[in-house]
Amino acid sequence: MLGTGILKGLAQTALNLVGTFRKPAERLVTVQYPEQKITLKENFRTIPFLVYDGDDPEKGLRCTACKICEKECPPQCILIEPLRDANGKLAKHPKVFDVDLAICMNCGICAEVCPFDSIKMDSVYEITADDRFAGLIHHKEQLSKSNEYYHSIKPTEATEVDGRLAEEQRKADESAKAKAAKAAAAAKAPAMKPAAAPTPESPAP
Amino acid sequence: MTIWESIDQAPVSLKHWLVGLLPAAVQWLASIMISGVAIIAVFATLFAVAVLLERKGLGRMQNRYGPNRVGPWGLLQPVADGIKMLIKEDIVPHQADKVLHLLAPVLLVAPALLAFSVLPMGRGLTAIDFDLGLLLFFAIGASTELSVFMAGWGSHNKYSMLGSLRAIAQMISYELPLILAAVPVVLLTGTLSTDQIVAAQGSMFWQWHICTPWGAFAFVTFLVCALAESNRSPFDLPEAESELIAGHLTEYSGFKYALFFMAEYFGMMAISGLAITLFLGGWQAPLPSLSFVPGWFWFFAKLLVLIWIFIWVRATLPRLRADQLMDLAWKFFLPLALLNLVVAAICAKTPAWIGWPAALVLLVPSVFGLGRLLRGTRPRGGKRIYQYAE
Repeated sequence: MLGTGILKGLAQTALNLVGTFRKPAERLVTVQYPEQKITLKENFRTIPFLVYDGDDPEKGLRCTACKICEKECPPQCILIEPLRDANGKLAKHPKVFDVDLAICMNCGICAEVCPFDSIKMDSVYEITADDRFAGLIHHKEQLSKSNEYYHSIKPTEATEVDGRLAEEQRKADESAKAKAAKAAAAAKAPAMKPAAAPTPESPAP
Repeated sequence: MTIWESIDQAPVSLKHWLVGLLPAAVQWLASIMISGVAIIAVFATLFAVAVLLERKGLGRMQNRYGPNRVGPWGLLQPVADGIKMLIKEDIVPHQADKVLHLLAPVLLVAPALLAFSVLPMGRGLTAIDFDLGLLLFFAIGASTELSVFMAGWGSHNKYSMLGSLRAIAQMISYELPLILAAVPVVLLTGTLSTDQIVAAQGSMFWQWHICTPWGAFAFVTFLVCALAESNRSPFDLPEAESELIAGHLTEYSGFKYALFFMAEYFGMMAISGLAITLFLGGWQAPLPSLSFVPGWFWFFAKLLVLIWIFIWVRATLPRLRADQLMDLAWKFFLPLALLNLVVAAICAKTPAWIGWPAALVLLVPSVFGLGRLLRGTRPRGGKRIYQYAE
């Protein structure tokens, strides 16, 4: 019938109006932001951060300054300067690791390409600064966060990474041990060789 | 004079006292000025209340809180809005006609305020009480179309221009059924004076014009056309902030934009005030036992109820398409308003008991017949044909 749709609609909005007062928890979807915050999903990502093991952010940093993330970053927001020792030899550690958050587009490619599981995506979103140029460039000190923090924001992913790293460490240890054993064996073998070795070259008299 | 009567007459006696303080030579001027200042002050306050009511009400109807940050429960939100509008940059397009661009919002607010002068807001509370009040109201209402056109033309922007033409087309189309809905009142009361129209309706609510066979339908027509006339949702497609680039408001910013916004609300309040005057018994109480409450209280209570209905409709209905809008005015409300005039004539010339049956016989089949025509030839549930899209 003509107009019933309008009346139904009016009834629905009136119901909403009354419902928001009677059952606010069911009806109101608003989160009162600065006081309340929604719990973030594990795969929520914003800016990159650097994971360090142990307690010392400088020593425990997993980053080796290989610069893969710097090359892969689509908007080129990462700047890395590797640390060199007195002889100019690479120390496999970043001297400078800057991320310009004004440029970063939160794509997560740096975290995907990192072979050392060092760079991961953070879930902080309150990253405003007074100075939009210098204030938004985060340095190594601000970017370094502990493995515990990584576990606290992304438990599943962090556990998996830890397992993988432990496995790699075990394999590396094993192969190192095997190599050492081999080397030891090899070191012993040459000593016996001259005695046992036949002399094929020597022509028959 | 009892205490209630003195409260009822307080605005009038205050004005008389103020005027009496001045020398006799300037008393006529002071009287006009005081009325004007009072109208501006009262309705500017009401504008703030209406904005708050709208934002809070819309929020609740859409399952949100609405503004709740500024002041306790967000009550100071209109103040914050006003300050924001005042300190915003006022941008005038380089090639705009500067004079027209400036005059348009001013000339839109002025008539909207002027329209309040003929509304009886209480016993003896009519700023200008003269015999052609209703005619003056509609004449003033029609002049707002000119300022909308000025806004479109002065902006020197083709979108503004088209938007203003669209707005004018809508306003002119809906002015016809709006005035035709008011004509039965004039026909039955035999006067154009707003004061006498209120007096013609009794102090009991079933004596009001809305409870007469012709008045019930005329009120609905009037309300729908008032929605369209004040560019309110669901007829807000000249502005259509979520779809178009705001029509003739495109090139306006800062306080000039605020003036347009204000004019929309003033227009809404003025036309609601007229609906109250014509159909809802003006400032009269619904029952004689309640008539000790001041008349101006009843007027503003009814005004807030009507504004609330406007807000409610805005929260509910989606926007119409331009052709549906025109169809509704010309194919539905215009013929029905004319038919309602016939009903009013029957009511005026025949015994009282014929009124309601005649109205039902004439109006109900026409509403459904014309409503069916509005739907077009498309069968119910059939495939929708997009004429211009394929």
